[in-house]
Amino acid sequence: MTILETRLRLRRDSGRKLLMPYLTGGVTPDWTDHLRALADAGADAIEVGIPFSDPTLDGVTIQEASDVALARGATTAGILADLSRSRIEVPVVVSTYANLALRGGADRFCRALAEAGVRGLIVPDLPLEEAGSTGAAARAANVDLALLASPATPPRRLREIAERSRGFVYAVSLMGITGEREHLATSAAGLARRLRGVTDRPVFLGFGISTPAQAAAAARDADGVIVGAALMRRLLDGADPAATAGFVRSLRAALDGVPAAAPADAGG
Amino acid sequence: MEALALRAPTAAPVAGRFGRHGGRYVPEPLIPACAEVEAAFTEAWADPGFRGELARLLSRYAGRPTPLTSASRLSAELGVTVLLKREDLAHTGSHKINNVLGQALLARRMGKRRLIAETGAGMHGVATATAGALLGLPVTVFMGERDVERQAHNVFRMRLLGAQVVPVRSGSRTLKDATSEAMRHWVGVTEDAYYCVGSVIGPHPYPWMVRELQAVIGQEARHQCAEQLSTGTPDQVVACVGGGSNAAGTFAGFVDTPARLVGVEAAGGASAARGEVGVLHGFQSLFLQDEQGQIREAHSVAAGLDYPGVGPEHAHLRDLGRAEYVTASDEEALAAAVRLARAEGIVPAIESAHALAWVVRAAGTAELPTGGSVLVTLSGRGDKDIPTLMTYLNDEETR
Ligand SMILES: Cc1ncc(COP(=O)(O)O)c(C=O)c1O
Repeated sequence: MTILETRLRLRRDSGRKLLMPYLTGGVTPDWTDHLRALADAGADAIEVGIPFSDPTLDGVTIQEASDVALARGATTAGILADLSRSRIEVPVVVSTYANLALRGGADRFCRALAEAGVRGLIVPDLPLEEAGSTGAAARAANVDLALLASPATPPRRLREIAERSRGFVYAVSLMGITGEREHLATSAAGLARRLRGVTDRPVFLGFGISTPAQAAAAARDADGVIVGAALMRRLLDGADPAATAGFVRSLRAALDGVPAAAPADAGG
Repeated sequence: MEALALRAPTAAPVAGRFGRHGGRYVPEPLIPACAEVEAAFTEAWADPGFRGELARLLSRYAGRPTPLTSASRLSAELGVTVLLKREDLAHTGSHKINNVLGQALLARRMGKRRLIAETGAGMHGVATATAGALLGLPVTVFMGERDVERQAHNVFRMRLLGAQVVPVRSGSRTLKDATSEAMRHWVGVTEDAYYCVGSVIGPHPYPWMVRELQAVIGQEARHQCAEQLSTGTPDQVVACVGGGSNAAGTFAGFVDTPARLVGVEAAGGASAARGEVGVLHGFQSLFLQDEQGQIREAHSVAAGLDYPGVGPEHAHLRDLGRAEYVTASDEEALAAAVRLARAEGIVPAIESAHALAWVVRAAGTAELPTGGSVLVTLSGRGDKDIPTLMTYLNDEETR
């Protein structure tokens, strides 16, 4: 098992609820200070987005963060160089769109991730059918390609996604795009439970999880949560690293108040 | 010509692949929706009932077959026989209606309760609004803010037809961003809404399905050429290429003939001619992009050609060398539109004028030798472009 998955499992199995904040790479000149602050504030992994010109699964906040980062001249190579230099101890999972991952070939991309110390990869527009060669490239580079599951995914496909996903499974909590929501989607709990019924891999719920209370509610059924837009909105509004860390600490505290869930029903 | 029975279905490409292009690069939440459309269209397209209903609508509602017009004065001027496939005379004023009637019937068959669409020039939006009105399905159209401004005529037509037009303010505020926004919206409404894609782009099955629905252009034109040309088939078949649907539909009728196939892109949106392999909007194909993989903005006076990618089948036809892709500039297209108006009494859409512009430039050269014959698909009429043409003519006359 890879370093990322081993680490996430160990933490989960110790009764901890996992937290993966999302940060757009290159969004501010001091973005790696935010990265370190998130690590110190209790993140179990950090998702770093490499911004794409046309993020079709992202709502206005991450669209804006991507535009800001690109306008600042963010590139794959630049973000990876920043990551290499930052040397944070918390594992980094890169997320980006297929065009950036495939541009110079998936092999080269995954090797570059590994050389920068990145442990995992999320490419939302590479579903099961299209993920084969990138999955192989990631495996060869010791990078975990985590796949997405959604509330609309039928049972057999869900099982296959869970089997072929590496590191963790990204459970998309709702039928929609990224962005803050008033309430945790009603579809979240069911999807997390279905996934935990078919896999022992850590299951993270993401999309729309915006507040400590929502994070805690999501973590009742999932192993962890991913929080993106809520954090990026604060950052775009001018939050400094201490402030983003404060928000992540509030998420951490809410998650730590969650009692460890009973194991999912066997055979589910 | 009598209305033709629709040509026999062509099987779906395996895994939606045209050679190395195509595929289904959509996020997991959209996979079941794409699979549902694929299953429904595969079944409907083999069902004589569905095909019959579509054929009836195409002839009695949309006015098919459209004529093939011999452009005699232009032919004499250029020294080549120019035949025009008159999609400008189809209901709503462009070829987009062929595709939309098929997809709207499919949406109804699938039990969907509303239609969503992206649009550039507004012709696909107008066609979708029309089909929605015809079938009683509410329509929401996403349109880049820049296109809302420059195609105001079509924005009003959509409103008149009862559709809701949503201006898109992100990115280049044109077709690329309208398509992104339509996909973002679709993720949240897949249960209820049918996404009516306007060209041979998007995830499988759209590039195949839209080509199948547009193949009626090429099928009719082939029969009409056989009737009207002493040589039976034209030497060359030319169509403008935005996403590539009017070209794909035209080429479908001639791909197994010796005719040379030429797609004409806007010089500022030349993805088939100058793009590189990439993935956007659910498919792999050729895209304008920088060395990093960031998509470049296209720039064209023709909003319908202002797209940085091209349908996967065109990328494949280019790989095979079966079709060639060339470009025409804004200036050449505008001049060709005026020339056709004055030589033949036909005002083409500026998109369609790109195909003509290349014919004008190539006629009498090795590209299109004197004495040869060329079929040009006139994908739409120019009413929507009157303000642009007015500015152009006024500038010309004061120059
Ligand atoms: C009249 C006309 N022709 C051509 C196009 C380009 O689309 P396609 O390449 O799919 O035919 C458009 C698109 O808006 C159009 O309105």
